[in-house]
Amino acid sequence: MKLTRRNVLGLTAGAAAFAVAGARMSPALASAEDAEKMIMEFTGGATPGEGKVSLNTPEIAENGNTVPVSVTVESAMEGDDLVESVIIFADGNPNPAVATFHFTEMSGEALATTRIRLAKTQNVIAVAKMKDGSVFMDKKQVKVTIGGCGG
Amino acid sequence: MASKPRIKVPKSASAGEVITIKTLISHEMESGQRKDKDGNPIPRQIINKFTCTFEGQMVFECDLDPAISANPYFEFNAKVPASGTFKFTWLDDDGSVYEAEAPIEVK
Repeated sequence: MKLTRRNVLGLTAGAAAFAVAGARMSPALASAEDAEKMIMEFTGGATPGEGKVSLNTPEIAENGNTVPVSVTVESAMEGDDLVESVIIFADGNPNPAVATFHFTEMSGEALATTRIRLAKTQNVIAVAKMKDGSVFMDKKQVKVTIGGCGG
Repeated sequence: MASKPRIKVPKSASAGEVITIKTLISHEMESGQRKDKDGNPIPRQIINKFTCTFEGQMVFECDLDPAISANPYFEFNAKVPASGTFKFTWLDDDGSVYEAEAPIEVK
């Protein structure tokens, strides 16, 4: 192929379109990756185990602006059997971090309920860090009919 | 920005009982993701921290991100060792602090 003016124009236009498409697609993907990264940051590199944590979310949320989420962690909340913190992520939101709860012996029970915003159908993840350093995780998918991040 | 917080704490409990506390505060929780009608992003303004203490001891604390819904609502538990007062604080991005108190009596 000879490098004519027409060819060059066509190529650059194609490359530009590709770059734009790439940039458009990346946020959604980056968010799930960001969530992974943030989980690792929270756990200090440890892979969270199953169980102990239970996350309660509606299966279908009609309004993504306010989705009730509740999390409980099995624990005596005394001595070494203590939940220090629980972090909530939404892996399809522009920013996956949602909230971090901190508990103490005075909490009596590691339980928290709040209302969150979800931009679209996605996974909500709860990771609990115990006093002895072990980490546990639960994940629930929530189907969202109307997204809650505004335009 | 925020109006008077609403809190639900039982009036009395037995010593060592675990009670449930519910709180709600009116706040826009502007996420920073929205744009006004001219297409300019509306700056973020949220409550970024909520704490509950009992007689100076930390009971429950939460770091909030913009993904918390408007009028943040929390429900959590607390152990009541003796009569005393629960203190609640909400910290706004703009530096304001909203406070509330609720006494409880141990019978």
